[in-house]
Amino acid sequence: MKDFWKRFSQNRGAVVGLVILLLVVILSIVAPFIFTKSPWAMVQRPFIPPFTMDAFVLGTDPMGRDLAAGLAHGARVSLLVGLVSTVVSLLIGIPIGAIAGYFGGWVDDLLMRFTEFFQSVPSFALAVVLVAIFQPSIYSIVISIAVVSWPPVARLLRGEVMSLRSREFVEAAVLSGQTHSTIIWRQILPNTISPIIVLASMMVAAAILIESSLSFLGLGDRNIMSWGYIIGAGRTVIRQAWWVSFFPGLAILLTVLALNLVGEGLNDALNPRLARKGR
Amino acid sequence: MLRFISGRLLKAVVILICITVLNFFLIHAAPGDPAAVMAGEAGDADPAFLQQLRERFGLDKPLYMQLWIYVSSVVQLDLGYSYRQQLPVLQLIGERLPATLLLSLSAFVISLGLGVAAGAFASARQGKWADTIISLVALIFYATPLFWLALMGVLLFSVQLGWLPGFGYETVGANYTGLARAIDIFMHLILPAMTLGLFFMAVYARMTRASMLEVGRLDFVKTAKAKGLRPGVIQRRHVLRNALLPVVTLAGLQAGQLVGGAVLIETVFAWPGIGRLMFDALSQRDYNLLLGVFVVSAAMVLLFNLITDVLYRLVDPRIKVTS
Repeated sequence: MKDFWKRFSQNRGAVVGLVILLLVVILSIVAPFIFTKSPWAMVQRPFIPPFTMDAFVLGTDPMGRDLAAGLAHGARVSLLVGLVSTVVSLLIGIPIGAIAGYFGGWVDDLLMRFTEFFQSVPSFALAVVLVAIFQPSIYSIVISIAVVSWPPVARLLRGEVMSLRSREFVEAAVLSGQTHSTIIWRQILPNTISPIIVLASMMVAAAILIESSLSFLGLGDRNIMSWGYIIGAGRTVIRQAWWVSFFPGLAILLTVLALNLVGEGLNDALNPRLARKGR
Repeated sequence: MLRFISGRLLKAVVILICITVLNFFLIHAAPGDPAAVMAGEAGDADPAFLQQLRERFGLDKPLYMQLWIYVSSVVQLDLGYSYRQQLPVLQLIGERLPATLLLSLSAFVISLGLGVAAGAFASARQGKWADTIISLVALIFYATPLFWLALMGVLLFSVQLGWLPGFGYETVGANYTGLARAIDIFMHLILPAMTLGLFFMAVYARMTRASMLEVGRLDFVKTAKAKGLRPGVIQRRHVLRNALLPVVTLAGLQAGQLVGGAVLIETVFAWPGIGRLMFDALSQRDYNLLLGVFVVSAAMVLLFNLITDVLYRLVDPRIKVTS
């Protein structure tokens, strides 16, 4: 753990990213306590510019809602959607990749053709179609992000499992008569955790971008205040009220940037040999 | 080369048919009567029209028959009818496709050209301030939501500075012809193509930089240095050419995202392409049109993949292209 932190902190960008990310996480946790009113509540006259009123630091939107409250509540939505959809896509991608890499042969061929198919479909367009057809809700959004995000997981896992499959400790496990599922769960998967963690941190970032794009297009859950939704709502009044679209976009940018930086730091810390080669 | 291309085309056709099958199941998975889904009226469509749809797609027949009817009609380029717009889906898409192709191809060229140049420049100055700045800018653009970048571009270059038009494909009512029209369209194209291109430029710049640094450590580069070749020649002729291979592969993989990004960009800039059409279809719940746009955008991705595959073979020094 000490080594891990030492290698992680050598990457200055990663430390900056971690600090930003922690701030966003804290913001999302304390949001309901600081902004006790619903972010949908109309609290003041519309179009108050930012930094002119202490009670509404970031101003109000065209409906007179507090922009700062919307941002704080949106943080939780973005992080949760990013996290949950990444977990779901890991749940799809890991078994497919592990089975393909472990068994090889026609199973591998079949599963990889399936994966390739999902990779050659325009992913954002597919996410839009899925959310539209199954009606916009937090569930359909998470599922569609997962459906378009799992192929890289499967490909990564397949490669890792294939190289582990021929290692001596796996062969020993096969000879000792362990079942396939025991070998996969006990011997192989624990050795693939570090590349998965690195990939997952980048996937959370990508998922946040997809969620905000969907909400921007009006495909968000109507009961949930999200950053993408606020930008979409501010779009039509951008000439009069630039701040309504500006701040949530900045929030997305910083969060995604932070996650990518942390991902790079994790890569340095978890795969030290690879990281040194890449310098 | 011809054999290679025809092989790829065959694969593309198979993928398109799979997408059609996927579409079919989506229509059936959607809540409600599939005929109503196709009509896009969420239950309030004209009953006669619904009956017509049921007969045409055999919706009372077993599922595999329905699948066969649906897929074979799409294969014959019949993407159905948009009840909302009172026009065949294929015609609607056909009218909008040139604008989308213009936008996404320009963005593709911008991002690949600028990205490779920036990445190569940065790798040649590894660790110096130029490298740091390029890497930082690439990192930031890589994390920027496309639609937000587009909005900020409009705000800055169109609203504040007044340099470029902020929406549309050409000046409405100006009735330019010939060169004047081309210039007008070009001016309208700059902002959307640049915003769409910048995100992917960041991707390619990062990849080119990393890949050039990696190739630069290989033995054949040492040999070239030992032979006394000038560093510039080594970088261009030996390192860049080999380093481009993963970049071109990535460009093919990113093609899907480029087409998806076009949906967002076209929405912001009111660019009359299929992305804008998709947005209209969404707001009008016109599922047939939505699925049609989906199939055509998938076909576009496959076209981009084909282009990058051909590019790969042209770039790869290990493959000699014989005529």
